[in-house]
Amino acid sequence: MTVIEEIPYSPAGPGAVGGWVSRNAPVLGMFAAIFAAWELAVRALGIPDFILPSPSAIIMKIILSWQLLLWNGFVTLQEILLGFGLSVAVAIPLAIAVVYSGLFERVAFPFMVSLQTIPKVALAPILVMWLGYGILPKVMVAFLISFFPIVINSVIGMRSAEKEMIYLVQSMGAGELTTFMKIRLPKALPSIFGGLKVGMGQAVVGATVGEFIAAESGLGYLQLISQVRLDTPLLFAAVVVLSILGVLLFNAVGLIERLALPWSRLVSESE
Amino acid sequence: MAGEDRIGRAEKASAAGVPINLRTVSKRYRAARGGEVQALSEIDLSVGAGEFVSIVGPSGCGKSTLLMLIAGLIPQTTGTIEVDHRTVKGAVGNIAIVFQRDVLLDWRTVLANVLLPVEIKKLDRATHLHKARELLRSVGLAEFEEKYPAELSGGMRQRVAICRALVQDPGLLLMDEPFGALDALTREQMNLDLQRIWQRDRKTVLFITHSIEEAVLLSDRVVVMSSRPGRVADIVTNDLPRPRGAHTRSEPPFVEHVERIRRHFLALGVLSES
Repeated sequence: MTVIEEIPYSPAGPGAVGGWVSRNAPVLGMFAAIFAAWELAVRALGIPDFILPSPSAIIMKIILSWQLLLWNGFVTLQEILLGFGLSVAVAIPLAIAVVYSGLFERVAFPFMVSLQTIPKVALAPILVMWLGYGILPKVMVAFLISFFPIVINSVIGMRSAEKEMIYLVQSMGAGELTTFMKIRLPKALPSIFGGLKVGMGQAVVGATVGEFIAAESGLGYLQLISQVRLDTPLLFAAVVVLSILGVLLFNAVGLIERLALPWSRLVSESE
Repeated sequence: MAGEDRIGRAEKASAAGVPINLRTVSKRYRAARGGEVQALSEIDLSVGAGEFVSIVGPSGCGKSTLLMLIAGLIPQTTGTIEVDHRTVKGAVGNIAIVFQRDVLLDWRTVLANVLLPVEIKKLDRATHLHKARELLRSVGLAEFEEKYPAELSGGMRQRVAICRALVQDPGLLLMDEPFGALDALTREQMNLDLQRIWQRDRKTVLFITHSIEEAVLLSDRVVVMSSRPGRVADIVTNDLPRPRGAHTRSEPPFVEHVERIRRHFLALGVLSES
């Protein structure tokens, strides 16, 4: 018998930043402590930069090499987004086919699930051999690695509609297309978004690994070059930029989810 | 008054209820482990236009199956089913269903949920928008139009589900234990609300319940079913005056009807006093 009077969800307004800081104070404090300890340890013990650069040295490097990092970050971003986009474009129609076709369900789905056990990263050298040194092999690794969580979550979501819900719209005269558009798809969206979030994280891994194997640009390539030159601060700088990229992309999917499915948060709160 | 209380008939603005006719309807299922299960056997039942009929029976007596058959959602094995003098050949038409689970769509507001049948049946939105608002107001949910189902209580959600069924102005309302998941007080209130709506609109209602008292309180007739296979064991006619309420429960005919149905369950072995 509980009625939620006010939705405890306020969009950014004045004081939102201050609110965010106070809410996340423990986490921010922990990070600050770790970086301070790191900085002090490097200075006190006189650890050379090429073994472990201090946080301040890494930040310095980022500031000095911002153009290099930005350019290579842009290359990696392209690979991630193309691979992820390809995943979505293939995974969702495939999930629909699995849900609606008995043949796909019996043949293609077990096949896909067993394929998932292959470490996709191990396929990267083969893809490079076939597809060359350009953007394509990285896109393909990002695609392969981000594809499975999206397709599996989509299938689970599209199957989650209750039997009564389907009967209900059928009793109103709904055909298969209407049932899909009005029930199965919206019902599946929270689960699909769950898959998209995992898939986005995986696409970042895929693109970077692709660059490790063979590349002429990108953050993974930059790391490889820095390693060879013993430019450890730049190596760390690339890791930082890559992490920021990953966090931003993951949160972008989360933001789209919150905007597109404002009801989803209410459902998970009430359960 | 008895039996023919038709107050409200003259001022009704919506389509009247339609009759149902079932002749020797049987349903067999193919069981999961091979073999067949006889869910329903030779059901003969006629429900008059605007009549409120309840079906009570033990779990697994095929009550829900019977509802699905009448709605045309699953085919019967033998026999004929007519709704409004037309043979049922698949889902469509003049029928609305309310399930035990409200099955509201979480992604739609209360108002958009009520308007779902209007969209699917491609009815005129403007006139039905007015009707949807009226219905929500009549069950005390006018202020909740723009809320999402997750923000409502169980009783409120089921009221929305009933509004959703009524907005399409069905001639027949099929209700499968609609109040089974609600607490006792809410349930009693819902019974009174449903009676009021029925007295106003005179839809034909086929109402499945586990509660003998609920069935007797609401119905013109109560169909008692036995299980495995589901058959009609008895039909109890109840012409207590309406509106019925808490006072009705103490009247001798009410007690007699309840006792008569309970004796069937004792005889069927569903209830045991030893």
